[in-house]
Amino acid sequence: MQSRRVVVVDLGTGNLRSVTKAINTVSPNSEVHVSAEPSVIAEADHMILPGQGAIGTWLKQLGPGSELRQAVMNALGSKPVLGICLGLQALYRYSSENGGQNGFDLISGTVKHFSEAKTGFGSGVNQDTRKIPHMGWNRVRHTKNHPLWKDIHDGDRFYFVHSYYADSQDPDQIAGQTEYGITFTSAAAQGNLFAVQFHPEKSQRAGLTLLKNFINWNGVC
Amino acid sequence: MPLAKRIIPCLDVDRGRVVKGTRFVNLRDVGDPVQVAFRYDQEGADEIAFLDITASSDNRDTIVHVVENVAEQVFIPLTVGGGIRTLEDISRLLNAGADKVSINTTAVNNPDFIREASQHFGNQCIVVAIDAKQVVPKPDGSKQWEIFTHGGRIPTGIDAIEWARKMEQYGAGELLVTSMDRDGTKNGFDLDLMGAITSQTRVPAIASGGVGILEHLVEGVIEGGADAVLAASIFHYGEYTVHEAKQYMAQQGIEIRL
Repeated sequence: MQSRRVVVVDLGTGNLRSVTKAINTVSPNSEVHVSAEPSVIAEADHMILPGQGAIGTWLKQLGPGSELRQAVMNALGSKPVLGICLGLQALYRYSSENGGQNGFDLISGTVKHFSEAKTGFGSGVNQDTRKIPHMGWNRVRHTKNHPLWKDIHDGDRFYFVHSYYADSQDPDQIAGQTEYGITFTSAAAQGNLFAVQFHPEKSQRAGLTLLKNFINWNGVC
Repeated sequence: MPLAKRIIPCLDVDRGRVVKGTRFVNLRDVGDPVQVAFRYDQEGADEIAFLDITASSDNRDTIVHVVENVAEQVFIPLTVGGGIRTLEDISRLLNAGADKVSINTTAVNNPDFIREASQHFGNQCIVVAIDAKQVVPKPDGSKQWEIFTHGGRIPTGIDAIEWARKMEQYGAGELLVTSMDRDGTKNGFDLDLMGAITSQTRVPAIASGGVGILEHLVEGVIEGGADAVLAASIFHYGEYTVHEAKQYMAQQGIEIRL
């Protein structure tokens, strides 16, 4: 097991303690810093970008021209990065949440509300009506080989809770897909970036395995 | 549909200890919350719910410490309810490691609190708990239910189905529906109540109150339309393990994480 210096970027939303404790559990030798300090981000070996709630509030913490934004952008361009939930959605060009928000545009595609999907969502009381948020344990189908999938079975379940989903444009950037009325990108990968819609820190054994794989990953696929 | 139905063991916590009573009275001590939660996690629980029933509000810190300790060892979603009155209460529980909070009395006293909380934290972490009791049928003979607060002691005069719809509009991300008539009886969920709520709302709903045998869990999903089923005593007293419950539901054709 590698020992790493890991920064969990603190943008004021979400359950950062659980991410930290999960990393402590799978990699007791790693140092985990929950921080929004540009210098701490710069010094870390690995960056985790978690987030829950409204993406507008979350992105506001990364205001244009801020030192924090610059530090995060530098890390996105250089270190192994794991995005979780909003940390996946923010990698896309645009999200329709909160009146429309621009993301980092590192993964091609956009983020939409489940009700914008053309199929699968009836409006009445029929049996096929999908509830929103998509909440619970769903299957993730691997669409490419990746070091972060080591020891995780194709189709293993992870815990999801979200109302917006990523609609990827470039199939090469999709690492995993999940069905919920539609098929959406539940894991995206591009170079040193790996991002998941689900919560590995809340996904028991499969989630802890993914976090361990991330700590051991050198950012190359 | 690949999304699994969830099984949620519920721990009633009084001054830092897990207790269980019948219809909210006759409490018995059943253990240390960290040990009990860890065992359920290892048995395959999909989520764990904590209901803080500590009578005194002086002990708010106790439940926060319980959540912190559990969240260090248990990596599945944790829902915490009981005595939540302010955004600060929610914030402390989420920072301690809770994923969702469930709110009952404060929502009834001030429905706008649910709107504020869901705007502030996102509706994914705001669960509205509805404690309902059947009352005299409507003139047309159809059943109706009234909601109660303060752990089932105080009637409100509010219709449970209308309340569920209103709370969805106000931003509840999930509904936790407990039948006060069935709670602790082991006679099964109030399926008419569940069915009425799940057919008229579009957020996930958890069925609670009355589980005595595994078939009741199946009924909650198939007849009640529940997305998740919550039970306490059948698991606490070792009548069934969570794993046995999940295997049984899977054998009945329900999508389950095994």
